[in-house]
Amino acid sequence: MIRPGSEAELAEAVRDASGPLSVRGGGTRGLLPEGTPLTTSGLSGIVLHDPAALTLVALAGTPVEEIDATLARANQRLAFEPMDHRALLGTKGTPTIGGVVAANVSGPRRMQVGAARDHLLGLRFVDGEGTIVKNGGRVMKNVTGYDLARLLAGSRGALGVITEVALKVLPGTETTANLVIHGLDDATAVRAMSDALGTPFEVSGAAHDPHAPDGPRTELRLEGFGASVAYRCQALAERLKAHGSWETETDRDAVRAHWRGIRDAARSTGGRAMSGASRCVQARRPPSWRGPGPRRPSMIGAAGWCGCACRRETTCARGWAAMMATPRWSARPPRSTPHCRRRSPSLRRCSA
Amino acid sequence: MQMPSPDARVMAKKAQVVARLTEALGDRGVIYDPAETRAYECDALTAYRCPPLCVVLPATTEEVSAALRICHEENVPVVPRGSGTSLAGGALPTADSVILGVSRMNRVLETDTADRIIRVQTGRTNLSVTGAVEELGFFYAPDPSSQLACAIAGNIAMNSGGAHCLKYGVTTNNLLGVTMVQMDGTVIEIGGAYMDAAGLDLLGVICGSEGQLGVVTEATLRILPKPEGALPVLMGYDSAEAAGACVADIIEAGVLPVAIEYMDRPCIRACEAFAQAGYPDCEALLIVEVEGSADEINHQLETILKIARDHDPVEIRAAQDADEAARIWLGRKSAFGAMGQINDYMCLDGTIPVSALPEVLKRIGELSDQYGLGVANVFHAGDGNMHPLILFDANKEGDLEKCEEMGADILRLCVEVGGCLTGEHGVGVEKRDLMTVQFEPQDLEAQMKVKDVFDPKWLLNPAKVFPLAVSEGRRA
Repeated sequence: MIRPGSEAELAEAVRDASGPLSVRGGGTRGLLPEGTPLTTSGLSGIVLHDPAALTLVALAGTPVEEIDATLARANQRLAFEPMDHRALLGTKGTPTIGGVVAANVSGPRRMQVGAARDHLLGLRFVDGEGTIVKNGGRVMKNVTGYDLARLLAGSRGALGVITEVALKVLPGTETTANLVIHGLDDATAVRAMSDALGTPFEVSGAAHDPHAPDGPRTELRLEGFGASVAYRCQALAERLKAHGSWETETDRDAVRAHWRGIRDAARSTGGRAMSGASRCVQARRPPSWRGPGPRRPSMIGAAGWCGCACRRETTCARGWAAMMATPRWSARPPRSTPHCRRRSPSLRRCSA
Repeated sequence: MQMPSPDARVMAKKAQVVARLTEALGDRGVIYDPAETRAYECDALTAYRCPPLCVVLPATTEEVSAALRICHEENVPVVPRGSGTSLAGGALPTADSVILGVSRMNRVLETDTADRIIRVQTGRTNLSVTGAVEELGFFYAPDPSSQLACAIAGNIAMNSGGAHCLKYGVTTNNLLGVTMVQMDGTVIEIGGAYMDAAGLDLLGVICGSEGQLGVVTEATLRILPKPEGALPVLMGYDSAEAAGACVADIIEAGVLPVAIEYMDRPCIRACEAFAQAGYPDCEALLIVEVEGSADEINHQLETILKIARDHDPVEIRAAQDADEAARIWLGRKSAFGAMGQINDYMCLDGTIPVSALPEVLKRIGELSDQYGLGVANVFHAGDGNMHPLILFDANKEGDLEKCEEMGADILRLCVEVGGCLTGEHGVGVEKRDLMTVQFEPQDLEAQMKVKDVFDPKWLLNPAKVFPLAVSEGRRA
């Protein structure tokens, strides 16, 4: 395992490499391609946190936990809510911010505030020839030159080894509440979530679990100042009453813990559904680091339309029906293209 | 500012190029009479002008493809153009180039409120995208000041922002898919009516590539539900420091307004004289806008006003109704027009970390004294995107050059404090030669390698973004 302690060392290691490198942060995403392992964990530390400018700069190997803790002290957070894959994939290790960016890992709040790449202000990376390149910067608005930072986000180390990232951070919220309805079939749940997301009430998470312990459960997350959340819960339930009667869950910490479970596709109770989801994901795991195949194995909706290249209807029988309005979910059937048909075998019906 | 000298071989075959383009697009699609091409000799950076070889106005993606294929075969540079509102010279032609305008392609192709998307042809204006979904209770978030006129094509090329991107992001955050024609005429689809398409984020690199990678003819855009209400509040301060500290405190308090706009005294006075918005005569004015239901607005305002009062304001005024709200915005929105009435000006677009605001304003003041040119500051304070307007007299010998030098110094200052050359207008020709201030040679090389892939002959808008000396070996 190559473990450079500085950007310069890393550049040298890439220059000296005689074959493919298997680039990794904490190794928690289950994506370990062929090649000599090279980890960025030796490049760790927060370089800058400017709370008034909503900016954080960190070396790629910085643990996400460390960033979360630093931000929390200033009542801020990574708003794109990066998923922690360890519970789902059964991996060990420490998720790093470089890994989050390299895999463009986001969570349920993605559809409201954007994905990891939408919060990436700039980065430094070492390209395949060992050249150190910077792109973007550390300011909110920047159109100076091509946006290579976005190109690198989600490229999974195939275009370069990310050494430092600058991220936009956002204020934390005072409270969190949940609107919940039970017993909807999948199609109705999709409609209900779609309706909710079309209101001005700023839903920051939407999920449907057809196999919840007490039967199908559809939920909508609302965040913000207490009075505002209370108002929006009430207004949203009223707007969605055609779908039935909605309960409100207002225990902030419990709701947050529950949504962490949704984010990580690891139901807090563990057990049956967990293993189902896990198998489902295994079936979809891309064959290799650079190969085609679905980009993100997690969270394909129970009866949504897969947003990856094939865009086929996917059914994940016991999976964590994490419809959640994740990027891949769409309320309508997609158009398929010849290009997609070629690739479709990589996505299969899960019968776990 | 230099432009490459026109290629004599191209100039010599104008008739042939025009004939081939006319054959493909019909008479209506090609303009080549020098009296008519004059309308395309510049964009909103009017200091530089040059009539193009000819202009093509295709009506479909297929026509765009046909026109590009011909230009590719004939080795003729192409300058894509939306509505021509670029402040950076993004659509400035050279004498040997064909302008490809998308203005005839302005249809809405699809709206879907369940998926919250709209698909449009890119000649459509920014404001009319919102216009198409307004009655359904939705809007398109990026709102550049030129939104009445500017085209989505140009918004995508420049990754345009606006006053409300503090909350809603800029074009790249609201763009889901494109149909793009490459220089050789190949039509490609990237992304679609869903977020985060599989594979590399090519959409992300196309957005903001200033028309150098392809011509985007259709775009799938996110639309958002309209907020229940919005209300601006106006705050006047006696110093830039106090206003800057107030902005920082509001952001740190966890309130995220949709917009925080800043104007300094010269700008306030000009706007007041022009629009009679009722602004106080003070050193710094902030307009902070919050959204939500009436109760939510009141709650946020309470927090914001408490912070504002801690910094000894000269005046605080929350709009009580829609008329007052409109009046508060009227002054800000007419800022550029108001300044234009007083003087010629050059509008800069650097971004700085918000925390560096007071320091940068002070040093801009010093530069203003040093060069003997006035500066009015109006900008998006929440995200640090500054628009210093340098006042000069275009009819006075040497004034433009002096103004450009001073502008370059201000942009160097932005980079020095950790910011960048351009926040939302783009590099174009205006900031092209300053790219080496922000980037090392290998940084520019990495970007140019992307263009090599999409446009190996470097025919698309070739003289923009990269300093001519840096791109010389690549351009035809």
